[in-house]
Amino acid sequence: MTTISTPKQSGGRKAGRRSPLASVALIAIGLLFTGGAYAAFSTSTASAETTAASQQTVGEGQKLFAANCATCHGLAAEGTGSGPSLIGVGAASVDFQVGTGRMPMQLNGPQAEKKAVQFTEEQTAALAAYVASLAPGPALPDASLLDGEGDAANGAELFRINCAMCHNVAGAGGALTQGKYAPALAGVTEKHIYEAMVTGPQNMPVFNDMNISPESKRDIITYLKYLDTNPSPGGFALGALGPVSEGLFLWIFGLGSIVALTVWITAKSN
Amino acid sequence: MSTATTTTELVETKKSGGLTGAAANYIDERTSISTAVKELGRKIFPDHWSFLLGEVALYSFVIILLSGSFLTFFFHASMTPVEYDGSYLPLKGVEMSAAMASSLDISFDIRGGLLMRQVHHWAALLFVAAIGLHMLRIYFTGAFRKPRELNWVIGFILFILAMAEGFTGYSLPDDLLSGNGLRIIDGMVKGIPVVGTWISFLLFGGEFPGEQIVGRLYSLHILLLPAIIVALIAMHLLFVVVHKHTQYPGAGRTNQNVVGYPVLPVYAAKAGGFFFIVFGIVMLMASLFTINPIWNYGPYDPSPVSAGTQPDWYIGFADGALRLIPPGLEFVWLDRTWSFNILIPLVALGLFILVVLIYPFIEAWVTGDKREHHILDRPRNAPTRTAIGAAGVTFYAALWATASSDIIATHFKVTMEGVIHTMQFLVIVGPFIAFFVTKRICLALQKKDREIVLHGYESGRIVRLPGGEYIEVHQPVDEYERWKLVSYNDYKPLMIRPNAKGKITVGQKARAGLSRWFFEDRIEPVSSTELERTHGDHH
Repeated sequence: MTTISTPKQSGGRKAGRRSPLASVALIAIGLLFTGGAYAAFSTSTASAETTAASQQTVGEGQKLFAANCATCHGLAAEGTGSGPSLIGVGAASVDFQVGTGRMPMQLNGPQAEKKAVQFTEEQTAALAAYVASLAPGPALPDASLLDGEGDAANGAELFRINCAMCHNVAGAGGALTQGKYAPALAGVTEKHIYEAMVTGPQNMPVFNDMNISPESKRDIITYLKYLDTNPSPGGFALGALGPVSEGLFLWIFGLGSIVALTVWITAKSN
Repeated sequence: MSTATTTTELVETKKSGGLTGAAANYIDERTSISTAVKELGRKIFPDHWSFLLGEVALYSFVIILLSGSFLTFFFHASMTPVEYDGSYLPLKGVEMSAAMASSLDISFDIRGGLLMRQVHHWAALLFVAAIGLHMLRIYFTGAFRKPRELNWVIGFILFILAMAEGFTGYSLPDDLLSGNGLRIIDGMVKGIPVVGTWISFLLFGGEFPGEQIVGRLYSLHILLLPAIIVALIAMHLLFVVVHKHTQYPGAGRTNQNVVGYPVLPVYAAKAGGFFFIVFGIVMLMASLFTINPIWNYGPYDPSPVSAGTQPDWYIGFADGALRLIPPGLEFVWLDRTWSFNILIPLVALGLFILVVLIYPFIEAWVTGDKREHHILDRPRNAPTRTAIGAAGVTFYAALWATASSDIIATHFKVTMEGVIHTMQFLVIVGPFIAFFVTKRICLALQKKDREIVLHGYESGRIVRLPGGEYIEVHQPVDEYERWKLVSYNDYKPLMIRPNAKGKITVGQKARAGLSRWFFEDRIEPVSSTELERTHGDHH
């Protein structure tokens, strides 16, 4: 970061060379430069490789994009009549949409359906790197936010307040207008949950870091993973859909089996 | 008394009763119970599976009482805020009411508590469902006719009370789902013009949700409502004994007799065993299937509403009515808000309940039949009644299904709006379709019965006549079968008759009109002369 900020500041310096603040700025730049150089020195070899590799990845991503996405999103990801612009959506958005199989979209409908993933992890990463290189946007989340070791109680409360109205308290999903829906959350990976929150895919609102802090997002993920790994203490959950599935079960299986038994009891033994 | 004396003498002379005989004698000498046992033990009950549905309701109620008593030992009906410190991790440290915290403790920290909660809740769902099915059996077989009209009313009030019990119980744990349900009730109450807000404040002890409602509902749930239900069940059963049980038409069964088995020993054993079967099924459901996972819902907080928030099934019809009412029916008039989007469902459901409650009296008035009926109708033999029932079931079922409109939308991949519009159509037009289709089916079945009595059933044997013609040989039905097919009441439309003053009143005209609508389409049962005439004519 420091290496990038230096040329920016030097650009500003040209305009105000005679300003009384010039000396202050000069000292600041000097400090930044030495600090930056020191930091760069310690990791220079590693970062040089990454830059080269990422440059190659971006190129690869661009090719993949041109072949698979450009029809709808435009050759420069500027968007067309059939797909939105992807400039500024960030790597997180691409990783979510492509990583869950929603993109490339199979057919037009109320919303893009989850399906079998179409790209390998490397290809997805390349696409994400390419889109991220177009303009800054939400980046892939840090692994420390995805460990599921947060506060499940806080996560559960935040989930009930912010997510349950569409996704159901147990993450079983729910209906939206015009055939759209909030999908069930069981089995969704930590990374995709996080990315969905920061990018707001399909009809979902964006929960940026001002709404829900990264730590709180970690708590929400912790809660959802708790639900995934701890089956309902009461037995089979019947889809966790609430009273509708309970009522259906009672009428069909509960009362159904009892009626069958009444027939058996009153059947003539002779 | 005389019977008691004879028994004593018998026991003293024979001395073969052993311990049982001696004990029975001891009790009888002090209570004269033998008269009651003799009367009740010789009570005859006819055998049919549909006669056991009421028993299922009774047994579920017993299960509810047993499991409910267990729950009262540990439940705190208080809305005092506490910090949850039980063993369910995702709620640890969360502030909630004492009611919710104690419900969670029952679920996680009291041995057998979760099982008992689930037994209680599954049995409650079963209780109302069994009552519903029992009522349908009574209705479609015409078992509500004289002398049983009052017992129908008692039974129907029991159904309403069971729903009230269910709803108050659903609201007790003070979880998110129950709070949402109460909020809807609060909204409905507030929608009543002029008095609504006052009633709501009275009910909740201030602004919703307040800190009173759980305690108040608890008193109703465990004291007042169960007491009324027990009393009404006792009356209901007493009437069954007084009226004797109805029976389906069949050879040897008349309005004066009851053909079946006695209570002792057959029915006592069957019914006793059946209680354990019902208990077993409830236990099985409760131990294998989650019901009302309050730990998912979390404590009540007025802001969140979960997707898939529904009442238990028996309140679904009311929830559905609210979902179906189109928007834009609310306006301000005389400085008051008139919420017709709430009033219309309230009035419509109230009328529906009223009509079901008084239906036996309506039908008695229409038919003008003052006789007692102990032989049940086969549904086809009362086409208009059966058709009205089918219309009512359709109306109810459409409202009920609408309560799950969101689940229907997600699971059948249709739009929410499409579901709502389809259901709006079904609630209004569906009953008419059901009425006409059912009536035609009933009449067609009656025609078929008539045909079978007169010309026998198709034997499947094809015979070629000398002239080359093929005919299928029809076999006459046996006498037992014929009895079932021909013995039913046939009503004719009532004639308008002037009263004592020589006037034809509006009431008379309405009655004649309704009677004509009931009985203008009818298939007469085969008479013996008709049967004579066609005898030997089975080709």
